[in-house]
This record gives sequence, C-alpha cells and structure tokens, in this order.
Amino acid sequence: MATIKIPPVLRASVGGEKEVGASGANVGEVLRDLASSHPATESQLFSAGGELNRYVNVYLNDEDVRVLDGLDTAVGEGDTLVILPAMAGG
Amino acid sequence: MSTSGAELLRQVKSQIEEVDPSEVNELIDEGVTIVDVRGSEEFATGHLPGAKSIPRGHLEQRIEGVAPDRSAELILYCASGNRSAYAARTLQQDLGYERVRSMTGGITLWKDRGYQVEIPRALSAEQRDRYSRHLLIPEIGAEGQQRLLDAKVLLLGAGGLGSPTALYLAAAGVGTLGIVDDDVVDLSNLQRQVIHSTQRIGIPKVDSAEESIHALNPDVNVVKYQTRIDASNIMEIIDGYDVIVDGVDNFPTRYLLNDASVRLRIPVVSASILGFDGQLSVFKPYDGPCYRCLFREPPPAELAPSCGANGVLGVLPGTMGLLQATEVVKLILDIGDPAIGRLLLYDALGATLTEVKVHRDPECPICSRDPDEIADEEMGVFPDYEAFCAAAG
Repeated sequence: MATIKIPPVLRASVGGEKEVGASGANVGEVLRDLASSHPATESQLFSAGGELNRYVNVYLNDEDVRVLDGLDTAVGEGDTLVILPAMAGG
Repeated sequence: MSTSGAELLRQVKSQIEEVDPSEVNELIDEGVTIVDVRGSEEFATGHLPGAKSIPRGHLEQRIEGVAPDRSAELILYCASGNRSAYAARTLQQDLGYERVRSMTGGITLWKDRGYQVEIPRALSAEQRDRYSRHLLIPEIGAEGQQRLLDAKVLLLGAGGLGSPTALYLAAAGVGTLGIVDDDVVDLSNLQRQVIHSTQRIGIPKVDSAEESIHALNPDVNVVKYQTRIDASNIMEIIDGYDVIVDGVDNFPTRYLLNDASVRLRIPVVSASILGFDGQLSVFKPYDGPCYRCLFREPPPAELAPSCGANGVLGVLPGTMGLLQATEVVKLILDIGDPAIGRLLLYDALGATLTEVKVHRDPECPICSRDPDEIADEEMGVFPDYEAFCAAAG
C-alpha cells in the first residue's frame, strides 16, 4: 500500500486526514483507489474523460509523474504520492 | 657576506619579466588578470581597473582563487614595482606560474602616465558597524554588502509574506525596495502582517511599510506603488528590478507576473500560504522552470481558496516570507543553491519540509519560447478568474 499526501484543499474530502493509504500497481490505480474510498475526491482529481486534471500535480516521492510514465508509472510498497494543486495565498 | 636589500632586489628583477604600464593599459581591455599586491588599505585608495586585491602576505594562499590557470597571463603591481617583483618571483619559481609579469613603476608610474584609476566605494563607518555581522561572513564581506546595497528588489504585496520579507531585506541593507500594494491596513491584517501597526489602521500599506522600513534602516530607498498590478502596468513597474518577491494573494496576478518576469528575465522568489501549509520556489527564467511549467493551469475556484478570505496561521507567513528573503539574498550575492527547479512544501503542524522536483516544460506556453516572441496580449492570459470567483461567491 502506498501513502498519499493530501493537500489542504482536499482534506475535507478525505475526512480531514493529511495522509491516506491506497493500493494499486501504478499511479492511476492508486489514485482510482483513493477516489473509490473517498468519492468526493474523484471530480477534483479526474476530468470527465478519466484523465488526471491538468491543474493537479502528482509526484511519486519527489518526482513529477509527468516526467515518468504519467498514470502508468509503477508504484511500489512504501512509495509516497504527493498530490499538489497550486496555492495562491499570500 | 650577506646580500643587501638593494642587491637582492636587483637579483630578483633580473630573474623575472617586467611589463611597462603602456602595455598593461592595452591588455586591460583584453581581460588579462591583474593582481594588486599592496595592502588592502592602499588598494582602497584606488587601483587599476578590474584589478583583484591580494596583499603580498596572502599571495600564496589566495592566488589560485583569482588565477587558477598557471599558464594564463598574469600581471602583478604594487606602489612602485618592488613588492610586485618579489611576488612575481614567488609565483614563477615556487608556484609554477608561467606567464607572470611585474608592472614597472607600480601604480605611481601608472598614475603619472595619466591612466585610469578605479576608486572602490567604501562602506561608511556607520555602515561597517550596522552590517558588521555580514562583514564577518566570508561569503558576504564588504563586497557582498555593497552588492546588497546596490540591489533593487520588488515586493508584490505588503501583506502576510511581504511584511517579514521587507523588514529583513531592509535590515540586511538591500538598497532599494519597491513595494506594490493598493490596500490599506486593516485590523484583521495585524495577526500576521508585522510591518504594520495598530496605530496605522486605515492608512495605505505602502506608506505604513515605508515607515517601518525607514525606522529600521534609513539606508533603504523605498519605492511605493499604491496600485493593483495588472497587464497595463506590470512591465513598467517590474522593469529594472534585480529580483521580484511574489507574495500576492491571487492566481491571475501570479500568472501575469510569471509571464512578464520571463519576458524581462527577472528571477521571482515565489511563496504561497494556506492554513498551516506553505509552498516556496525560485523561478529564474531560462535557468529553471517558470510558474507555468509548475502549474500549467490554475485550479477551478472551488479548489482555489484565493477567492476571498481564508484562514492562515499567523506565524506561517513569517516562516515562508523569511525563506523568501533568504533566497533573495542568495540570488543577489550569487551564493548557495537557490530553490530553482525545486518546490519546498512546509507543513507547520507536522514540522516537516518536503521537496519535489520541478522541471522545465518543453511545451510551456511562455518559457519554451524566446522572450522577444511573447506579445503583450499574451501576457497573463488566464481563464476569467475574477468572474469565476464571483460565481463561486
């Protein structure tokens, strides 16, 4: 099971947690597992066509999955996914 | 029988190469390395243009920092040509410099011939005292402090992030601080905006900030822009600044700033805060990714709580603002590893700092292109966010 770090704007959708566990062999599966456990996150993560929304950055450990294999990037036990939308507060 | 000083000098001069000031004057334009071996106080009274100061007593230890290549041409001088003759022999015989020469007649003959002398600017006695803790750090020293005093930094926003950043940059002696903010001080700001004060509620933030900055350090020139930055004024405002500090509270301005700063090649130290969380990165155009490489699109309004007031831990902008100030000082002094190509994520509750990599996007709509190709009407192109925020209520 991988650990997903939840950004502040999504915490209300996962019961206020900062980190949740989710299963899957790749980034797409792990995020789908998150969305099925916490349905409120689905529309925030995925577009109607099932693609990851462009305004959501996802990192496997410290690397942007866009420079890896995107949603097909393999995820191992003990890996951490960071979900990161932009913040504008100053 | 022991050798007299005059005899030793004759021997040394017979063993080294000398060069006439007229030839040095021609070589200066070609970028030859020139080292002044006099004492630092003599150097401070005036030196050859571009010369490096290495007092003879420090020559062996410091020469490699100035002249790493032993086969490159090197010219030494002193007041009259004697100390530099000894120094040249040391470099040639003991350290293996192959093309070292001593300038005949030293800077005295140089001046007699009417050639140009550069007089280094010196810190005043008060400045030496005020910045003494900087002067004690080798990475800063008098030269670095002068760079800070010469630097021009623009702060976008005199709010949560801008308050601590402005105060510490002022204290550090950054010579010019531009501040853009169209707001007035409100009671609800004072939980975190430490540059303002209870007595100054209702007055423009730029005026309040200026008052605090001058109380802390009268050396600082404050340039006030009591306006809201937009596509019509941004190029004019930011042009000429060395570094921009982004502490604005909304997405449209962050994208607009990105586009304009890429076009003018000005580095931006960017931070944002929400609740107990902060983000920070340095966007140095064409050396690293830009804001649009990191966040190609802004989130929709319901995921972007920049529309309207949001809660933030009062000390959090202090933490993030001072990380920004630190990055600004590093950029000005060209020291350390600025957070270019990295996004730092600070979680105040967990007391953790996480870092993720940020890459240049080869398809970035802005920084994948030459800055001259970016047209005025493309800057700050953004979904109609204000309408979106209004719709979100």
